[in-house]
Amino acid sequence: MPESITTMQIIETWLAVGFTLMIYTFLYKDNPIFKLGEYIYVGLTAGYAVCYAWFTVIWPDLIYPLYRALTVSFHIKQWEKPLESHENLWLIIPLVLGILMLTRFSSKFNWLSRYTLAFIMGSVSGMSIPLVVSANIFKQMVPTLNPFWGPEVTIFQTINTCLILVGVIAVLIYFFFSVEHKGAVNKVARLGIFYMMVSFGAAFGYTVMARESLVIGRVTKLIKWASPDYYYATIILLFIIIGLVVLTELFSSRGERTE
Amino acid sequence: MIKRQLPLLIAFAMGVIFIIQFFIPHQISQDLLTWVNKWLMIIGGISLLLGIYSLLNFHYLQIFRNKPGWGFSLIMFFSFLISVVVGFTPSLINVILPLPESSVQSAEQVKEWYRITGLKDGSSLDWIFRHGITPLSATMFSIIGFFIASAAFRAFRARSLEATLLLLAAVFIMLGQTPLGGMLWSGIPDIMTWILSTPNTAAKRAILFGIAMGSISFSLKIIFGIERAYLGGKN
Repeated sequence: MPESITTMQIIETWLAVGFTLMIYTFLYKDNPIFKLGEYIYVGLTAGYAVCYAWFTVIWPDLIYPLYRALTVSFHIKQWEKPLESHENLWLIIPLVLGILMLTRFSSKFNWLSRYTLAFIMGSVSGMSIPLVVSANIFKQMVPTLNPFWGPEVTIFQTINTCLILVGVIAVLIYFFFSVEHKGAVNKVARLGIFYMMVSFGAAFGYTVMARESLVIGRVTKLIKWASPDYYYATIILLFIIIGLVVLTELFSSRGERTE
Repeated sequence: MIKRQLPLLIAFAMGVIFIIQFFIPHQISQDLLTWVNKWLMIIGGISLLLGIYSLLNFHYLQIFRNKPGWGFSLIMFFSFLISVVVGFTPSLINVILPLPESSVQSAEQVKEWYRITGLKDGSSLDWIFRHGITPLSATMFSIIGFFIASAAFRAFRARSLEATLLLLAAVFIMLGQTPLGGMLWSGIPDIMTWILSTPNTAAKRAILFGIAMGSISFSLKIIFGIERAYLGGKN
């Protein structure tokens, strides 16, 4: 074992290789080894989410500031540092709203969660309207309406500006259902479809490449971990996992025959 | 009234307050936005318990009723407990053996201490994230890479003009992102850039306009109580 690789790193590598190969068994078919990896993934992630919510939101933004605010307000404890602006009794509001949300468990009191839902939906709707108008409409409209010609505008830029303007109008007309798509409107709408097909093709191409790069990343790591430095983790675990998949297949086929 | 009208009134009030808030560049207005954003995060954090309860309850019933695959539910419970115990143990130790008073300088420091206890680089929870969750999630997402290849084969058949355009755009984007594209013809990366900056931008922009209109109308429907489905139930 090279000096740079510690025993802990070897354990970590074997764990990562095991998990990776467990999930890849799905390429054969849905099998118990894949399910094992899947359920471990769900359990670890759910537990991590609870811890993450506690350490990043519940404790630092709710419980600790509220505790400080309460102790100061009721003269229970004196703190060296004075209260900061966010440490106030108003924090009782999100605490109560959060608790009301948990009443969804009760069939008798679940209507109380409507207050929380109304608060969330109302606030988010109110916040989103001006932001959407600003970011998705005004800021998108400005570059669409670029000047076609000017001292610093090249012919190539002019063509592109025209193509973008025509494209935006064509796609908007495609989604405009108040007028029947016949005659000229149909032709413009069809042009909109062409633009969208190019856009969807680009999006699909990007998605394919992103997924393939993930595969390449995993396979590269598996190849790296197949080296003697990691005690042939990939090769040994590959044989073990293939063996386990074969065994589970044999057991399940025997079970089916018995039935 | 208290079950249906009051929630609608709350939604209306909050919606109107935050539309007006956008146009008031005063410190109080900014503080209100910051506070409520933080409150929404807190409510979201507490509401996470709903999802966790639902998940655990489902798997508990799987085990309790001896349903097929109950063993996997047991594994899920076990993994969940590992994450939670490993995540909270340092904090419990911290409560039992608190920081010396002298090192507690400010609320911000204490907050930071508690924030990093469970999640800091090198913590036990971070170890689970790096060596458990990361390989599992990366592989889970990479598996789509195998299936997307066959999906691409089906989608990229040039059966019509529209499908041909889809195929050409995707091919240029894929080739343009790899060294092979540039090696085949130096113009491919330029075509990729043009596709992204011109026809793709035009279509995306128009779709964004549509989304914006839909989002505004939906928000207004919520504020004015026309859309009430989120309240659920009949009463």
